[in-house]
Amino acid sequence: MATLAGSAHADLLDVEKDTLKFGFIKLTDCAPIVIAKEKGYFDDELLTVELEAQGNWKELLNRVINGDLDGAHMLAGQPIGATIGFGTQAEVVTAYSLDYNGNGITVSNQIWSEMKPNVTMGEDGKPVHPIPADSLKPIVDKALAGGNKLKMGMVFPVSTHNYEIRYWLAASGINPGFYFDPSTGQSDVAGFLNGDVELSVTPPPQMPQTLEAGTIVGYCVGEPWNQVAVSKKIGVPVTTNYDIWKNNPEKVFGVTKGWGEENPNTWIAVTKALIRAGYWLDESFENRDEAAKILSEPQYVGAPYEVIRNSMTGTFEFEPGVDIRDMPDFNVFFRYNASYPYYSDCVWFLTQMIRWGQIEEQKSDEWFAETAKKIYVPEVYMKAVEELIDDGHFTKEDFKLAYAAVEDGGYKPATTDFIDGLEYDGAKPNDYIKRFEIGLK
Amino acid sequence: MSTPATDSTLSASSVPPTPLPSKPKKGFKYNPNKVAHVCDKLGLGYFSPIARLIGRDEPAKQLKAIALNTFLPILAFAVFLIAWNSIAAIVVTESQKIPSPAETWAAWESMVEFAEIEKQKEAEFLETIETRATGLEERALAKPERAEFYLEKAAEARSKEYLGNKTFFDQIYISVVTIAVGFLAASLIAIPIGILCGVSPLFNIAVNPLVQLFKPVSPLAWFPIVFVITTWGIESPEPTSIWQRALFSSAGVVTLCSLWPTLINTAVGVASVDKDHLNVAKVLKLNWMQRIWKIVLPASLPLIFTGLRVSIGVGWMVLIAADMMAQNQGLGKFVWDMYQNGRIESFAQITVAIFFIGGIGFLLDRIMLVMQRLVTFEEQPGV
Repeated sequence: MATLAGSAHADLLDVEKDTLKFGFIKLTDCAPIVIAKEKGYFDDELLTVELEAQGNWKELLNRVINGDLDGAHMLAGQPIGATIGFGTQAEVVTAYSLDYNGNGITVSNQIWSEMKPNVTMGEDGKPVHPIPADSLKPIVDKALAGGNKLKMGMVFPVSTHNYEIRYWLAASGINPGFYFDPSTGQSDVAGFLNGDVELSVTPPPQMPQTLEAGTIVGYCVGEPWNQVAVSKKIGVPVTTNYDIWKNNPEKVFGVTKGWGEENPNTWIAVTKALIRAGYWLDESFENRDEAAKILSEPQYVGAPYEVIRNSMTGTFEFEPGVDIRDMPDFNVFFRYNASYPYYSDCVWFLTQMIRWGQIEEQKSDEWFAETAKKIYVPEVYMKAVEELIDDGHFTKEDFKLAYAAVEDGGYKPATTDFIDGLEYDGAKPNDYIKRFEIGLK
Repeated sequence: MSTPATDSTLSASSVPPTPLPSKPKKGFKYNPNKVAHVCDKLGLGYFSPIARLIGRDEPAKQLKAIALNTFLPILAFAVFLIAWNSIAAIVVTESQKIPSPAETWAAWESMVEFAEIEKQKEAEFLETIETRATGLEERALAKPERAEFYLEKAAEARSKEYLGNKTFFDQIYISVVTIAVGFLAASLIAIPIGILCGVSPLFNIAVNPLVQLFKPVSPLAWFPIVFVITTWGIESPEPTSIWQRALFSSAGVVTLCSLWPTLINTAVGVASVDKDHLNVAKVLKLNWMQRIWKIVLPASLPLIFTGLRVSIGVGWMVLIAADMMAQNQGLGKFVWDMYQNGRIESFAQITVAIFFIGGIGFLLDRIMLVMQRLVTFEEQPGV
């Protein structure tokens, strides 16, 4: 337990609420919240925090909205979906991005054995990564010819996983299905319209069992649930979201807008503790190893330490025993300015919501920018950074990327780091949406 | 519980009230039959042959009964353990297996250990708080201009309660509190409505379709509605309080699922009160309230308690599912969290929870059974 670390001359924030309850889902990327508690970073801010595992994303969001939880580990799409009113309508905001990457797409052994002959192999006899969905397309087509759509799982309609698996499939010409069909005016909450496959919601921890039971033949999920499939030899991960979009935003720490207005200092204090936790997680692989031990405790993620350690310490196992890759950036918590809430990340999710018909009308570029400003609150993040520098925990140098981000207006430069090489510029979302072959324009 | 209707005017009734057998007092002659009878009445039938044996009442017969009562359940349990052990060895899939008795025992030990670690953490926390408060007081000295703020924070720190992880035993406690709240609410709703249904055929005709409609509904279906109501009606309390909103959501689901047996049994009990009793009430010119209170209720108590006993069983059964959905920190959430952990060890912990859930359910049923027997007349066999 840490006590009042840092220098004795720094001032403490006068927090409005000092006993808090945060929700999380049993996934390794809740790490910053768990570490902030376990390493005493919350204590340093005079906050007493209880962490409570939640049954699923829907309940977690409902309980943040109704005030049972002060804040939570959320899918990046959840504050966005809630604010624009896809599903539950409520103003949910974020000032802290928990991590980048961290997901994988796993298919059943049966599908992998059918895919493998179509996968490009390297000289070492291992698959060349990234593996596009091209190798899956013949299997999808064969199933369709037999009047059958392959069923795959993802974790939530507005989850990163849903947009990733859709991106991966669509990049190889497989239509993942739409939530809205402008030609008929039909809406479908399940998102199956005109699809070649059916993507349905399964809670992360149940993915391996559902795959083994044959209810689904593949899934996109966060860790540890891909490596669990490997360790139990019931499935093979084929790609990770790092390969689909390098350093893509994954989870955020979300609170309601009202909570943030009532507890401005508390929000900054929580953000300070989270930044320190994220920094600690990215300091060394020894720390990651320790984090894996902590996360394996039953009240946190509860999966075996050996399984959590894999991806947390930078290795990822694809085909069991055959294809083990070093992936130092599989989980990023602080490096590359991962914890800063970029507007352009928010805009990307909005583009995908339009692409798949979760938002049913065209929007102007200004709308994207305004909406992002409503949901992402870098001001709070920067206040926390300044407090931390004042406390003597960090120097300005540690946050040069965050200060640069503020200079750039909160937008990342345009990038082509996608599996299909399309260019994304957050300032021009409509141009980006027009580039997709499969997708509503 | 008192015996029903001791009004002297009722001595002509067909059901004479019997005084309760009382426990033997010092100086009294030991009456094995009486003690055995009390044992039976309290649902402790196992001890009645022992009581008779002490009283030298047919020792050979009693010894045989004791042997059988002891030996047969042990034998059955042993067979169960062996069967369980072999099934656990056979039923193994790639990702899961049924935990064996040994694994379950190990899980139980780890749960006890977890609770002990939590206790230690609490002690550490209190130390940390003390250090923190001292540190804040030092700051107050170093920074006179903000001294007041730091002293206030130091006082706040000292008043803090530990907010740790819930242990299995905390969760059992929360589940018991939840069932108590839910069951009490169900009884308070079901008994008055049941009485009205029993007394007034018209009211019964009006309400009956609604009762039949809602009776078979599953807790899953009630939950969203209850969730909205608790969110609307209950302020979110401090995290350290036991009276969380989730507890009321869970209790509300229990209420909605468990009130029907009480309601229906109460209605039947009230409707089938002996006509002679009611005629006596007319002769005595008792008003409506007196009639309910003095005649109808005492006469229908046995059936009301039959209903309550079924209700608490149903309530306990749905509580686990309600906890899962409401995220109430009870046994249901424990089972759900362990299921989410998805390890062999966590499945073994679920198995431990199964035994506790069964054990507590059995205890609740026994308590209700004893109450039911206490209000049931000798002539009517216990239902």
